[in-house]
Amino acid sequence: MTYLTKDPISVGALLAEVAAPHCGGTCLFLGTVRDAPQDGGVTGIEYTAYEAMAVAEFDRLLAEVRRRWPDARLAVRHRLGLVPTEEASIAIATAAPHRAAAFEACRYVIEEVKKRLPIWKKELRADGTALWVDPEGRPAVVGPEGTP
Amino acid sequence: MPTGTVQVRFFARYAELAGCETTAVAVPVPATVADVVRRVREAIPGAVALPERPLAAVNMRHVKLDAPVGDGDEVAFLPPVAGG
Repeated sequence: MTYLTKDPISVGALLAEVAAPHCGGTCLFLGTVRDAPQDGGVTGIEYTAYEAMAVAEFDRLLAEVRRRWPDARLAVRHRLGLVPTEEASIAIATAAPHRAAAFEACRYVIEEVKKRLPIWKKELRADGTALWVDPEGRPAVVGPEGTP
Repeated sequence: MPTGTVQVRFFARYAELAGCETTAVAVPVPATVADVVRRVREAIPGAVALPERPLAAVNMRHVKLDAPVGDGDEVAFLPPVAGG
């Protein structure tokens, strides 16, 4: 599976990948870039990754999902590069014979992505500044146009 | 004591602070990730701005700072991850 893409994510393609006759429940999670008017407005987020490790980590994550939910099917894409506000940066589709496993597997993947995937984001603000987002603390201002 | 060469990679904000995305450092082996962190902070002027205890990966796996590092290994310093 190609996990990383610089293009907009096709939800239809993702759903087609997990569709199967034995699956009666399908769950789709989209993480989208949100505006933050209280911070001066966010026009988009620039995503960068340690790509080879991100692919290896997704491989490990999917193997865990197969062990925990053997009947579930899973497809995931994470976008890299500039993602404008409202567009999806990540999409996760899971399908399983019954809804509980589909929801659980989908939730597991997004929570583990947040903890483990070596991906970083720089918020592009409406005033031209750019900030690396540190989920553990305050964003670090890096100046106009993303220059340090 | 034998010396090993470790490939070091910086990402995102750490690459900006270090002023480069990759470098190589020599460390006495056997070494740990913490030894590599110390060596990098000495060797690269911008790297003193890196945390003393960064997240790290060896050969594309998350590790703790006491993890072993050998000749030819790739050590990556990872800012707090923010995927999703």
